[in-house]
Amino acid sequence: MMNKQGRPTDINTAANLSPGGVTTHTGNRGLEQDELLIYEIGDTQRTGVDLEDLPVFESRLGGITRDNEIGLAGLSEPEVMRHYTRLSRKNYAIDMGLYPLGSCTMKHNPRINEKVARLPGLADIHPLQPISTVQGALDLMDRLAHWLKTLTGMPAVAMSPKAGAHGELCGLMAIRSALDKRGENRTIVLAPESAHGTNPATAALCGYKVKSIPANKAGRVDLPALKAALGPDVAAIMLTNPNTCGLFERDIIEIADAVHAAGGYFYCDGANFNAIVGKVRPGDLGVDAMHINLHKTFSTPHGGGGPGAGPVVLSEALAPFAPVPYVIHGKDGFEMVEHVTGGAESFGRMTAFHGQMGMNIRALAFMMSHGSDGLARVAEDSVLNANYVMASLQDIMTLSFEGPCMHECLFDDRFLEGTGVTTLDFAKAMIDEGYHPMTMYFPLVVNGAMLIEPTESESKQSVDQFIGALRHLVTQAKLGNSALFTGAPYLAPLKRLDETLAARNPVLRWRKTD
Amino acid sequence: MTTYYSEEHEWISTEGETGTIGITEYAQNALGDIVFVEVPEVGNNYDKGDEIAVVESVKAASEIYTPVGGEVVAINENLESDPALVNAHPETDGWFYKISLSDKDELDELMDAAAYKAYIDGLE
Repeated sequence: MMNKQGRPTDINTAANLSPGGVTTHTGNRGLEQDELLIYEIGDTQRTGVDLEDLPVFESRLGGITRDNEIGLAGLSEPEVMRHYTRLSRKNYAIDMGLYPLGSCTMKHNPRINEKVARLPGLADIHPLQPISTVQGALDLMDRLAHWLKTLTGMPAVAMSPKAGAHGELCGLMAIRSALDKRGENRTIVLAPESAHGTNPATAALCGYKVKSIPANKAGRVDLPALKAALGPDVAAIMLTNPNTCGLFERDIIEIADAVHAAGGYFYCDGANFNAIVGKVRPGDLGVDAMHINLHKTFSTPHGGGGPGAGPVVLSEALAPFAPVPYVIHGKDGFEMVEHVTGGAESFGRMTAFHGQMGMNIRALAFMMSHGSDGLARVAEDSVLNANYVMASLQDIMTLSFEGPCMHECLFDDRFLEGTGVTTLDFAKAMIDEGYHPMTMYFPLVVNGAMLIEPTESESKQSVDQFIGALRHLVTQAKLGNSALFTGAPYLAPLKRLDETLAARNPVLRWRKTD
Repeated sequence: MTTYYSEEHEWISTEGETGTIGITEYAQNALGDIVFVEVPEVGNNYDKGDEIAVVESVKAASEIYTPVGGEVVAINENLESDPALVNAHPETDGWFYKISLSDKDELDELMDAAAYKAYIDGLE
């Protein structure tokens, strides 16, 4: 059956290959039930609430009274419950299985974080409450700020940025303010080819031209090319370390020194801090600004489960330009600095309030439940798991750059050459095996990239099963069983969707048809 | 009419002072199904190497850097409703924009068809 948008909604149409050739009257597959849009389930004759009839009244709307139907779907309470519960069962989540999205760090969200975040003294407060009544929350922010500074070896932190890219914006605005104060009009930001897409986007938003730095054969920044690109026009370099190929930039100190010698600043994209937390302090590497994705390194939920949070640590040179608001120790407890006054050099305010408080709580809970030794183990185990995956697959898949890797390992599609199977097909076949695919086609520095990040959450048993599934798929591809891939997924609720059609002709709105 | 090619896989075919620019067969093949093309506005001026257009495919979004400088005199309005033209006919109907050349000498830095073929053969 096709729905009114021409989208297959029942399983018989969507997955015309049914195991054993069994098709069902309902389109359901066992207890895997089909789900229609809520407008297709409900109608205007039903309701889940009992409202009293309106008393007779005289309308004051004059000529603007609505005279056509609103057409909202009416559903009973059990229908609403079932609709959303069935939809939630179609979701794949870190709570259901390994989620190896490279560069996204989908790790377990410990339940102690959730418990702490729901304590009434933290969950039921409002940002406009009098400061004297939220001293505990300010204490928490101050402690988290302290540990972020300690773990990074940096003197200052801006807590308000609400995600990694927002943190990048904060860091670049601080750099811009520092350059303005120096009276220098530098116009270029350097970013490596393998950079996260947000890096050039941030630089462009701040008014800079972006110049790309090539990678060398080892998958790292080409140092001579970088040095050649430096000059009086360069405001900053934006560099991720470990980089998006999962490799540590070994020349990072030399890079920092060269950038500083040329009068620029060093922005480090801290998305991959989870690989080095507790082991390396970015402040020791010459970093001037770095965002920390609390939703990655410090395990707060993301990817639909919660908002991001991207505090930014700043060097001595950039600290004066940090945005308001921030917490300070006053004579009667904690205070908030809300305004830029007097000769202060803060570049201003980025958010209405103080950042993602709920994420701050969870991040501090993660830090305190792990302790400093536990955080170092986080980095060690995430790197160990990634290297185990790399070592277990590199004989049959093509590793893009020689290891060891850090927290993620990068393969490309050379091993699929001549099989008729693409990276996309391979990823779709992984869905049939019960796995969310790895990051595909990123970074762009290799063809058909497959970037795998198992994280520290996975046990050896779990990683072994994943490796086994991948080895099976690689073997099938090389044996010429391309049908297993090109039509995949066969066993998911919906078959291969037409991504091109969806992008070219997106149907974003349900329309009633008679 | 002469056609030149850049290392970034754009082609430019010139007629008098005007050049028509698009991406090559090799580029469309590497990008995969193209779902969106952003072309420049007529009347804007660009220097050689400036970012002038964006191509979005199911795999990636890529910037197009103009292989020559000048003023944009026409754009391919069909690409807005039918970006698939770039996949189907990259070097004819899938052209992006026409530019009034500010410096014809810039063409000398580009490749001819034979040199471009040798260049992409070297990339394989």
